[in-house]
Amino acid sequence: MRAAAHRNHPAWWAFLAHRLSGLALALFLPAHFLVLATAVEEASFDAFVAWTDRPLVKLAEAVLVGLLALHMAGGLRLLALEFLPWSDTQKTRIALAFGAGFAAVLLTLLMARP
Amino acid sequence: MADLVVNVWRGEGFETFRVPFLESQTVLDVVTWIQRHLDPTLSYRFACRVGMCGSCAMTVNGVPRWTCRTHVSKVAKDGRLEIRPLRNMPVIKDLAVDMAGFFDKWQEAGGRFVPTRPGVLEFARVDPENPERRQASAGIECIGCGVCYSACDVVAANPDYLGPAALNRAWTLVNDARDGDRIGHLAAVADDAGCHACHSQGSCARHCPNHLNPTGAIAGLKREVFRALLKGDL
Repeated sequence: MRAAAHRNHPAWWAFLAHRLSGLALALFLPAHFLVLATAVEEASFDAFVAWTDRPLVKLAEAVLVGLLALHMAGGLRLLALEFLPWSDTQKTRIALAFGAGFAAVLLTLLMARP
Repeated sequence: MADLVVNVWRGEGFETFRVPFLESQTVLDVVTWIQRHLDPTLSYRFACRVGMCGSCAMTVNGVPRWTCRTHVSKVAKDGRLEIRPLRNMPVIKDLAVDMAGFFDKWQEAGGRFVPTRPGVLEFARVDPENPERRQASAGIECIGCGVCYSACDVVAANPDYLGPAALNRAWTLVNDARDGDRIGHLAAVADDAGCHACHSQGSCARHCPNHLNPTGAIAGLKREVFRALLKGDL
């Protein structure tokens, strides 16, 4: 994709990751509330919680937590970029934001019940 | 070494030329060779050939560059070059773009120095090492080549956006102790199409041939606009 060659650098990838993780979280949120709303009917809520014990769902949860951590770290990075004096450590901060996302995925998987 | 295969944008598609590869050849040399030896109707723009005038920028293999200081050996992939006009500006013909809109935005961004009150006859004493002056000095070497403007995806999405070069210019004036209308400069860049439209993608700073940092300049403008707003100056 030569048309997009100018985008191949860390700050642009950080932008894309922030945008996509934000969209994914925005799509997840209504589903999350929908499931919480079923908590008033105990049977259907318990059935849903039982469904989430599947390994694939656990993996999806870990990815979700990863997206949340990535989006939060990315947001903090942007706040620092806009409100603190300029620093040439932007690439390091981008790496830290991605690191936070991966660390969150790994931690969630480690803490998942076998 | 074999000839270079050069695909050049001709308005309705690419035309392929074969150009002899030479040591230390620049992309501008290649375009000039095509015009002198293969097709005199090829239109492009250049003037100084030494990276000072800012007129020869083109999109080379998908990346906006100053072609006079870009060595073919650095950017050719398997002996191939794809040369297109700059993005985000109307094409006049072939590789020449209309930069009028780009420079109009420098005016819209309040990029004009405003003298302090008339009657001040003494020289302004400016310490070159003070923080504001250092910020201004970091941004004044812009040659107006349009590479940052072409690299910016926000300009592509919002044609009203003032763009990195104009905002960088505004930032140098905001930091210029001799300028008489700091708040006016901030007001000019404080609206929807100004500094707050920037998504900090950083392509401008990444591709600026003079290694200026418009991303940092725009972040500085965001900060100063916010501060002026809190103080009630805007």
